[in-house]
Amino acid sequence: MPTPLLEIKDLHVSVEGTEILHGLSLSVNAGEVHAIMGPNGSGKSTLTKVLAGHEAYQVTSGSARYKGKDLLALEPEIRAREGLFLAFQYPLEIPGVSNTYFLRAALNAHRKHRGQPEMDAAKFLEVLKEKAKQVDVDPALLNRPINEGFSGGEKKRNEILQMLMLEPTLGLLDETDSGLDIDALKIVAHGVNSLRSKERGFVVVTHYQRLLDYIVPDYVHVLFQGRIVKSGKKELALELEKKGYGWIEEELAAANPGSVKV
Amino acid sequence: MPDKDLQALTEQEYKYGFVSDIEMESIPAGVNEDIVKLISRKKGEPEFMLEWRLRALRHWRTMREPTWQKPHYPAIDYQSIIYYSAPKPKKELSSLDEIDPELRATFEKLGISLDEQKRIAGVTGGLDSATAASPAPGVTPRVAIDAVFDSVSVKTTFQETLKEQGIIFCSMSEAIRNHPELVQKYLGSVVPFTDNYFATLNCAVFSDGSFCYIPKGVRCPMELSTYFRINTAGTGQFERTLIIADEGAYVSYLEGCTAPQRDENQLHAAVVELVALDNATIKYSTVQNWYPGDKEGKGGIYNFVTKRGIAHKNARISWTQVETGSAITWKYPSCVLKGDNSVGEFYSVAMTRDYQMADTGTKMIHLGKNTKSTIVSKGISAGKGDQSYRGLVKITKAASGARNFSQCDSLLLGDKCGAHTFPYIESQNKSAVVEHEASTSKISDDQIFFLRQRGLSEEDAVNLIVNGFCKQVLSELPMEFAVEAQKLLGLKLEGAVG
Repeated sequence: MPTPLLEIKDLHVSVEGTEILHGLSLSVNAGEVHAIMGPNGSGKSTLTKVLAGHEAYQVTSGSARYKGKDLLALEPEIRAREGLFLAFQYPLEIPGVSNTYFLRAALNAHRKHRGQPEMDAAKFLEVLKEKAKQVDVDPALLNRPINEGFSGGEKKRNEILQMLMLEPTLGLLDETDSGLDIDALKIVAHGVNSLRSKERGFVVVTHYQRLLDYIVPDYVHVLFQGRIVKSGKKELALELEKKGYGWIEEELAAANPGSVKV
Repeated sequence: MPDKDLQALTEQEYKYGFVSDIEMESIPAGVNEDIVKLISRKKGEPEFMLEWRLRALRHWRTMREPTWQKPHYPAIDYQSIIYYSAPKPKKELSSLDEIDPELRATFEKLGISLDEQKRIAGVTGGLDSATAASPAPGVTPRVAIDAVFDSVSVKTTFQETLKEQGIIFCSMSEAIRNHPELVQKYLGSVVPFTDNYFATLNCAVFSDGSFCYIPKGVRCPMELSTYFRINTAGTGQFERTLIIADEGAYVSYLEGCTAPQRDENQLHAAVVELVALDNATIKYSTVQNWYPGDKEGKGGIYNFVTKRGIAHKNARISWTQVETGSAITWKYPSCVLKGDNSVGEFYSVAMTRDYQMADTGTKMIHLGKNTKSTIVSKGISAGKGDQSYRGLVKITKAASGARNFSQCDSLLLGDKCGAHTFPYIESQNKSAVVEHEASTSKISDDQIFFLRQRGLSEEDAVNLIVNGFCKQVLSELPMEFAVEAQKLLGLKLEGAVG
């Protein structure tokens, strides 16, 4: 049995003293796509933020190993350079800093970490333009400040463009589908699919089955009140789409009375 | 940010705080008629200069030090300041090779080469000169430098080359001796000796500075630059810069400054006057990196400067400043838009950290018709830094069709710093259009997290955000200096974030 790409065990996470994740466990092997679904407030975004190393999210107990290493001991930028990528639910704007300049700095930080030389400007632009085309990002946006004045869809496609440029080993997508029309959704999904390989893994957080028609997951997990309460194959997503989350709450309450606040 | 990193970063020190061991000739401390006469005599000045100085001194005695500014400081004892300090000449110098090697080494250490064969690294001094001095292939921008050490100019490069086009670029002392007619006509014509407390004191005791005259229709072929270095303890630096662009002329001028690290405060009260005659353009850029004082706010330069330009018909004056040093920066580079269709611009980045304070901005005085002014001010405060933008846009009755656009943005790093904006607008003409925009923002943790998630270190992340914030201003600097200003801001930021 190979070492999982990501192995989370009994993870407890608090934000400002309030525990959000109450013992989450999840194992992702290279080559797999895991979808995380669950009602609002169940801790989906918390999971992606804590894996990426946001300081506001405090791990109180449990562990997370990435490529066999203690992920939680690494600084956020080291996690990133080691191939962990988070596509943000709400992409940030950085006034005055061009997309191109930023992406080149980021890419070269990754290359330096891997002991590779910097990519020269001409080669970089060539690669960037090609990838931008792939996710239908207007070349004019590349020279604009990061996400400033971008539409919702442009911001999300820009996240995927960054992912394509950095070619992560583990991609975390936090509701990348929210606010996208069907065409944009397909473009984003296509971008993700183009990176799928037996070396890479993805954790896709979403509210909607719709995205999973295009990024077909190997596993679907239901996150509820800070724990993964149900796991299954892609069919589980279809079932959730049809029936909502109520039946899972009922199942839980029946199996373990008193543990679930309904 | 982990404590260990923070600690490592906050130990970043001021790089130019060294003292050069050079034999100096100083006069006794204090200011009075004898001192003024002594300075004038040392400079071998004509009678009219001494007269002017003495009138200024007499006027200064009737004035009171202003107190309306935001930064406050312990009373300055003007009688304890040494007003003149110069490297002792070993003998009469006739060529570059004869410059005191220690003096030459000092400037080399600051990244300033006094050798015309070598390119200079730039005016901010020594900031990784290898990178700064690598312009695009085929481009050979040259910079002529006037190097001022304490009270005197020690060397002006490329004088001969410039002379071929009739351009005069020399120290103020030389100008007073060799071009008295120009000096007499223009010195004090923009900033009169009655102007303000510090300017008036400067008129009485100024010791040197740079002088520049660009003849009619000449576009100055290289950047002109002055590098100011304060070295001797207990001295004040009072230099005077006068730039005259004759009709249709163009000049881009840049000044840089550093000083040793000392526990006591030192006063730098300079005056800069710009005269842009009809259709002329003067671009004046400053990269100011005086010693800012230590972490506890001890020591540092008081940078109290009066800078003003007068723009005649269709002329343009553009001030760009990157102010990162000094314990207190207090100045308002201004434009008097006298001629019709003249243009004034002010682009400023001021950064304060630790206990640094800045009260800076500009005055745009619209006198002519269809005059235009633009103000872009970017303030960055970190640590316990505090700064104010203070600006006046004045549209007089005659200035019909005048336009102004002002934008003042502040960026706060941390929660112990401050930013204030005091825009004054006086419009006496109904046809004027005056716009003012202001914003205050903080670098958000989420922005930093986002950039780190993409693989940038925390420092690089903050740097990127700050440079983005300043971009509009930095892009106004001559290219190679923009690179240095960017690095300088980066250095200043180290340890400013936590």
